Parts: sequence; structure tokens; C-alpha cells
Amino acid sequence: MTLPAGVPAIEAVDVSRTYELDGVSVPALRGVSLTIDPGEYVAVIGPSGSGKSTLMHLLGGLDRPTGGRLVIGGRDVATLSAPELAMLRNQTIGFVFQAFHLLPRTSAVDNVALPLVYRGIGARQRRERAAAMLGRVGLGHRLDHRPNQLSGGEQQRVAIARALVTDPAVLLADEPTGNLDTVTGEAVLELLERLNAESGVALVMVTHDQEVAARARRRIAVRDGLIRSDTLHDRPLSGVGRGPATLDDAPSAEPRFASGRGPGHPSGGSGGAAGATGRLSGSSEAVPGGAG
Amino acid sequence: MRLAEAWRVALDALRANRMRSVLTMLGVIIGVASVVILVAIGTGTKQKVEQQVEGLGSNLLLVVPGKIDVGNAPVVSPLDLKDVDAVTRVVGDPGRVAVTVASGATARAGNRSDFTTVQGVLETTPAVFTRSLARGRYLTGADVDTSRRVAVLGASVARALFPDRDPLGQQVALAGVRFRVIGVFAPLGQSLGVDRDDEVHIPVTAAQRLWGTQRIDGIAVKAPDRERIGELGDRIVAELSRRHPDTEFSAVTQQQILGVLGDILGVLTGVLAAIAGISLLVGGVGVSNIMLVSVRERTREIGLRKAVGARPRDIGVQFLLEAVLLTSIGGLTGMALGVGTALLVDAVSPIPAAITWWSLALAFGVSAAVGIVFGVVPAQRAGRLDPVVALRAE
Repeated sequence: MTLPAGVPAIEAVDVSRTYELDGVSVPALRGVSLTIDPGEYVAVIGPSGSGKSTLMHLLGGLDRPTGGRLVIGGRDVATLSAPELAMLRNQTIGFVFQAFHLLPRTSAVDNVALPLVYRGIGARQRRERAAAMLGRVGLGHRLDHRPNQLSGGEQQRVAIARALVTDPAVLLADEPTGNLDTVTGEAVLELLERLNAESGVALVMVTHDQEVAARARRRIAVRDGLIRSDTLHDRPLSGVGRGPATLDDAPSAEPRFASGRGPGHPSGGSGGAAGATGRLSGSSEAVPGGAG
Repeated sequence: MRLAEAWRVALDALRANRMRSVLTMLGVIIGVASVVILVAIGTGTKQKVEQQVEGLGSNLLLVVPGKIDVGNAPVVSPLDLKDVDAVTRVVGDPGRVAVTVASGATARAGNRSDFTTVQGVLETTPAVFTRSLARGRYLTGADVDTSRRVAVLGASVARALFPDRDPLGQQVALAGVRFRVIGVFAPLGQSLGVDRDDEVHIPVTAAQRLWGTQRIDGIAVKAPDRERIGELGDRIVAELSRRHPDTEFSAVTQQQILGVLGDILGVLTGVLAAIAGISLLVGGVGVSNIMLVSVRERTREIGLRKAVGARPRDIGVQFLLEAVLLTSIGGLTGMALGVGTALLVDAVSPIPAAITWWSLALAFGVSAAVGIVFGVVPAQRAGRLDPVVALRAE
């Protein structure tokens, strides 16, 4: 999905999500604002229970916020019916899960083609596009293998192909290497990063692994239902020259960015290469700027 | 999602759990098959009885003492041959009046014996009822007038007593009295489990002498035309009531017998179909149960499908089609099984069975409807699943 120029892929303004459990309100997210721009590479990091999974479900349109405004692909999810939200997911978001979530008795190519089924695309074209996508993730020779005939890394690559076959604006990856060994995980990360660079799909990766998070140019740390930091870093690998930005640790649920514009986007990257400074002191999640 | 796609997905899901699908279908198969078989037997029986009643001869009027109704006990007949003469005067043609006085008796020939129904009749019987002979001749007026001890055997009796020789001219002992066989009826077959060839006709006068009675059990009249059959019946009943003021008489036509029998057999068929319907219902509950299990088992699949863009309706339709497919395939199989069994029963057993299109349409329609009715709840449940919860399911 190609978004009009200047439209963020996802925009969240003071988004909160509260669960009702046996009459008790449990806040999972307490007012989060951020913007994901097309082509970005963002790591969302936080310990379990921090609300990062809830955040990912919201960003992916799997769930709706109980407060605030959430705009995905230019559309406010609050105005969308369940079927409309489903179509929005189909057109805008690609999901990669820790547990792959492939249909077990279905061939790789049919697994990849699944999102196209719900788009009403005919069988022949589905297969063509799915096969091409599997080729891009290096599985062109495994079209008709079933998930149980594939290794873990191959299964995750099938899942990545499925996420990208619809040409989404955002690829949401939830612990994509969590079920893989280090070597395989590394290969999967490289694949995700390559696809991010090649296709311009924004890559949002949720992880609790600092090493994985350190690969992303932008890192958002979540804790206790709030964004503790949202920083830009120069990636040693990419050499992109945008300077890192820093932000205050915000212990309150106050919306910090009332403008609705995320903190990680200093216009024109004017932050310079000074790196993250001591202003991040309040958060253990904050990652110092790589360029410093 | 296109409907064709949804069918394919549903079929794949059933195939993936082949054993379970077959077992679930079995309930529907048995239900539909039993509906088809039992309705076929009910219908076949009804048709056959109707044929037989019609085969008695057209424009038939049966005159018996007592009221003809379901559940009424038979009445001891006050009629005798003088009443028959009176009825004959009303009818105006002796050739149209037949009588019967019947009793069970043992027929013996040589060392063989057969318990059968012995009927004392007039020589008019083959004309009033439609009966034909396989061999020999029927009783004559002279046989009746002179109480001659001659007998016409039903096909079963002839076979039982004379399996390997010609019964014509042979002696047969009825209740210990010897009669000469002068004819053998052409076989009629069975009706409602009763062997209609298990009878012996002797002159009514000889029968009365045999049992020491003047009684006549009933009178049958073949009316000259259908239009005035009711009026004729009324006149006969009036005449008999005049002669026997203490007894009620009934004159029933074939149409009335057919109506009563049809009602009874219709109720019977309905009851059979209802019993079979219960098993179909149980099969439907089984489908519902399995669909709920299937939804639970495939919660993660549902979550994933929703994540990649399936709308609640897509998921609901998928599971509904699965249920409908289960019951439809089960329904078709059950229909084939039911038709096959019914035809087999009709061919090899004395029970008649007739396939009717409405029963097939009903059974299939009901099974498909069972799929929809019992599939809706699981399908709705699947459609409404929260994708976040569904994706996390174990």
C-alpha cells in the first residue's frame, strides 16, 4: 500500500488501552503518542508486562484503544467498523509473529497467499504473487512444502513473505527471532532489514532483546504502559546520517506531544551527531546513541 | 473472500480431520437414511394396501353388523341366509351379492396339515371380488344349493398340503370333514404381513353345516354404478335394520376403507418419520458439538486469518459452510444408503417400500438445514473471536 506523501503510516496520539477484568480496570497503555513514518526501522523494547504487546496490537489494528486517537494508514480506527478494520489490516499491515502462525496443513505458497484470499484476488494471481514473494525471501524452491517440512528459520521466512505479499505500509514483527537460534535469528533479522531497505516498508519490531533492538535506528522503550524513551541512533551498519534525538523520561501519563507528532522525528535531523546525553538518566531502557 | 474459496477451505478442513468428519457425518447419515427408509416403508405399505383394496373389485359395498370404526370390537352377527335373500331383493341381482362365514380350521391331506381360514361363500364370490383361479373351477350354484363338500384352495394352502402333486380331485379334511378339491386360486401375495393365499373356499351351506350354525358374517355387494353406491348402501342397511331392530349395520364402500386405512397408515408413516427425525436431530447436535470443538481447536488459525484481513463474516461463513458441508455430504450419503436399503428391503423381504421424491427432498433439506441451524452458533462464536486473544491461544 502506498501512502500519499507526508502521511504517516501510523499515528498514535495519547493512546490508552484499559482492560476490564472481573470489573477491575487494568491499564495496559496509559497514554502513548508516536508516529511511524513510511520506511522507518523502529524497535519497540520493553520487559514483559510493559505494554509493548498491547501497543503492537493497537498499531496493527488488531485491537482498538480505549482512549486517544489512533490513525493507521490515514484512517482513524475509531471510525471503522470491524470489517473495515479487517480490510485496513489487510491493506496496510503485515504481521510477523514469534510463533510464526502458519496454517499447518497448508503449503508455503498457500500460506503466503492467504492475505490475498481476503482481498478477493483470484487463485492464479495469488499463487504468482505468493511464489514471487517466496522467491524474495529465498524460498523459491520450497513453494509446496508444508510448514512441518521446513526449518524454523524457513517457517519464519514464509511468515515474512506472507506479511509482505500485500505490499503493506508497515511490517509489525513481534519477537520475530524469539523462537529461533542465534544464527537463524540473525539471518531472519538481516532479511527483515533488507526488505525494509529495499521495499520501503516501515519495520516495527517488538522485542525484549537489547541486542536486537540495538540494530534499529529508532528505539522506543516502553515500560508500565508508557513510552519511557524514543530515540534515534546512527546505525553502524547502515551509515545513514540522521542524528539521534533524545527525549525526556516522562513518568506521568500526561500527553507529552500534544501536537500529535512523534518525538522521534526532529525535522531534518537537526539534532546533530552529539548522541544521547544524560537526559535519559531516568530510564534503564534508554539506549545511548550509537554515534557518540 | 469468494464463496468458492470458502467452500475449498471448508472442504480442506473436513479432509484434514477425516476420521472426525466421517464420525460426525455418521450421525447425519443414519438420521437421513432412517428417515428415507421408514418413510419408504410407510409409503410402500400404504400403496400396496390401497392397491389390494382397489383390487377387491370396483364399486364394492361391504355390509357388516356393528359400526365400522377404528377400535370397535367386532359384533356377533345376527345375519343368516334369509337376510341375504332380503338384501338380494334390494339389490335386484343375485349375481352381485356375495357372503362369507369364516372360521379358522385345520386342513389335512394325507400326513400334511395346515391351519387356515375356511370361508363359506356363494358361487358369486369371484364376480363380486376380483379373484381368478390358477387351476380347476370355482364353486357353482349347484354346489351351494346342495351343500356339496367341495373346496377351492388358496395358493399357500395348496402348496402346504400338496407340495408335490396336483391337488385337483384330491381329498382334503377340513375340521375333520372330507372335501374334494375342485380348484386352486391364483396367488395374491401378502398384505400387512397377512398371507392372503392362506384360505379355503367352500359352499356357505356346507360351512354352516360344518360348524353347526345359521350365521353369516358379512355380505358384499357389487353396486351397478358408483354414483348410487351410497344410496344402495342406505337401502340395504335400512332393510337389515328393519329385520334386526336391535343391531346396528354398516355399509362401507372401498373409498371409505381406503380413507380409514390411508389415515392409519399416514399416521404410522408420520410417526416413523418423526422417530427417524429424532435421530437426525441428534446427528445435528453432534455436528454442532464438533464445530464448537473445531472452533476452539483452530482459535489460533482464526486469529491469524483475522490478522491478515479476514472479516468476522469471512470466518463465520467458513465455519458455517463447514457445518453445512458436513451435513450435506452426510445427507447425500444417508439418502443413497436409505434408497439402497429401501430398495433391498422391497426386493428381498415381504415388506414393501416405495421411494418418494418428497421424502428425499425433505431428508436432504432437513439435513442441510440442520447444518445451518447447528452451525450458526459455532460460526458466530468463531467470527466474534478477538484476534488478539485468538492469536495467544494455546
